[in-house]
Amino acid sequence: MAKRKLRIMVAKPGLDGHDRGARVLARCFRDAGYETIYTGCHQTPEQIAAAAIQEDIDCVGLSCMSGAHKYLFPECVKQIRALGGDDIQIIGGGIIPKQDYQLLYDAGLKGIFTPGITLDDIVAWINENIVPNVKE
Amino acid sequence: MYFSKELLDSSSRMRQRWEDEVKKAVAKWPDQKEDWTTVSSLDIKRLYTPEDIKDLKFDEDIGYPGQYPFIRGNQVTGYRGKFWTFRMFSGFGSAYDTNQRWHQLLKAGQTGLSTAFDFPTLMGYDTDDPKARGECGKCGVAIDTLEDFMVLVDGVPMDKITTSMTINPPATALWAMYCAAAEIKGIPLTKIGGTIQNDMLKEFIAQKTLMCPPEPSVKLISDTVEFGTKFVPRWNTISISGYHIREAGSTAVQELAFTLRDGMEYVEDVLKRKGLDVDTFAPRLSFFFNSHIDFFEEIAKLRAARRIWAKAMRDRYKAKDERSWWMRFHTQTAGCSLTAQQPYNNVVRTATEALAAVLGGTQSLHTNSLDEVWCLPTDHAVEIALRTQQIIAEETGAANTIDPLAGSYFVEALTNEMEQQAWDYIHKIDDMGGMVAAIDKGFPQMELADAAYKFQRQIDSNEKIMVGVNKYVTEDEQEIPLLDIDDAIETQQIERLNAVRRKRDDKAAKKSLNDLKDACKKGENVMPYCIEAVKNLCSVQEICDVYREVYGEFRDPAMY
Repeated sequence: MAKRKLRIMVAKPGLDGHDRGARVLARCFRDAGYETIYTGCHQTPEQIAAAAIQEDIDCVGLSCMSGAHKYLFPECVKQIRALGGDDIQIIGGGIIPKQDYQLLYDAGLKGIFTPGITLDDIVAWINENIVPNVKE
Repeated sequence: MYFSKELLDSSSRMRQRWEDEVKKAVAKWPDQKEDWTTVSSLDIKRLYTPEDIKDLKFDEDIGYPGQYPFIRGNQVTGYRGKFWTFRMFSGFGSAYDTNQRWHQLLKAGQTGLSTAFDFPTLMGYDTDDPKARGECGKCGVAIDTLEDFMVLVDGVPMDKITTSMTINPPATALWAMYCAAAEIKGIPLTKIGGTIQNDMLKEFIAQKTLMCPPEPSVKLISDTVEFGTKFVPRWNTISISGYHIREAGSTAVQELAFTLRDGMEYVEDVLKRKGLDVDTFAPRLSFFFNSHIDFFEEIAKLRAARRIWAKAMRDRYKAKDERSWWMRFHTQTAGCSLTAQQPYNNVVRTATEALAAVLGGTQSLHTNSLDEVWCLPTDHAVEIALRTQQIIAEETGAANTIDPLAGSYFVEALTNEMEQQAWDYIHKIDDMGGMVAAIDKGFPQMELADAAYKFQRQIDSNEKIMVGVNKYVTEDEQEIPLLDIDDAIETQQIERLNAVRRKRDDKAAKKSLNDLKDACKKGENVMPYCIEAVKNLCSVQEICDVYREVYGEFRDPAMY
């Protein structure tokens, strides 16, 4: 069976509008050949979850610069799982101090990406770690 | 510039000889790299000579400080009478926490205040709104009602110190609180001074603190300009901001062009909507620029900005008062130039950028703290950042003479080039029908997206270098202390808000909100109604909900 294209959604939860990173990543993912959706700023975790399910997303990349990731990222995971998105892999990035990593991994994030990583490294990580969901 | 034909001929001959020698030298010792461009990818020549500025006219294009075209600054005495204002942007946690930080900064020699609000406040939501969860006090101070505001300004001499407030969609509400607080303290509106950022166009372009659509957003701004002009004459009712445009990834020229074109849009709206004479309000328009890491590009940008604005105000808008031609601006060093890796190096970056801002003639300056890539700054990091400005002012001699780089072949040529490129953008946006129309088309947004993506690729491919990121990388990580905002602040803030709701005269509050709504519908100036509403302890969200109801909500079109 031919592997389908990876479907990825870049999402900005919360009130933070600093979307430079999110927009650069969305373009990078598109150029990398993924089916890419960008939510735009100011999405609630519920909106992100609904969009991820509706769009049949394989991987959600959350971006937050405001310091609210400790609440918002786990909440996004919770909402996505609550809607039955058990196969959706969730990664996150932004201004995230090391001391918060464990909390986020424990909440179900599969990867955390912070300043200094290259776009190619992120794409390589995704290719290695995220497998497109095959729907029967 | 006044170069005789003989001089230019001889310069041309000498340049020929030098170029031949360069060719030979490069054949033997090649240049270290191909790319010698600014951080914004503007081409820079190996050498600049009189030939590069031969068309520059000293009297028309440069002149003297305090004289048209003001490229050398608005102040005739430069920094000798008064240094730029040391104005550190600060705010975190509760109003009480921020008030304490302000008093610490004033004690350390800061000369102006500048407020950072948290995201719920910036977006016009109360702390207990579901959308606000997790954000309270994280990246600025949480303000819900006038009660919080009174704590914020406790002990601040509002008739002596100027306060800047970085607030955009709810600017009318927060400015109303400042006005109401002054009144409670017995200080007349004619005595208070400060700035509200209140620049929505750059929000649609860059920072995305969004509430209502562009058109009514501009209307609210014109209301503040009119109210300030009539009743609060020392207030800068707008700070037309390039800072965020640059942080969102623009080039220096785009920052310059989009910011100035935004300024022109506001001028045009006030002229059209309010019918005010341009000279009554133009002197209170202020600007805010980024000072990025490319030293000369930044100096040229700031010099060009003053000259473009003077020309636009005099020739395009026919302002007659010289003060209308002045571009007064605040500068902040570039947050996006700082690195998470080897964070102590950020002190050096900030110092370089601050020096560029001073040589570019800024009137006010914020210097970033070394830890701001990771969190809001700690007390110690803020102090180093403030001392950086003070060292430049007191020790380096940079403030001794006015516009010291004027006449430099390179700086003047770069200033001219950036001005020309900025005018090209401005005219392009004029042709689209103005900035609101250009934003509707997504033009500035996509220009930024392109530039940001290009820069990231340049970093990834080592075409551009960031020390500690893609060169001189070390394995050992420098651990620095980080400021953690206590999550408990959210609960405390919600309790405060509920207490205010219990004690206020609910009938009076509801009436003032209804009055505000009527004013919005009738197109009246909202400011008097906002002041009444905040005095009746209406919250930021209650006021913003009126705007959202009457004007509609704007959703991020998610362009990339």
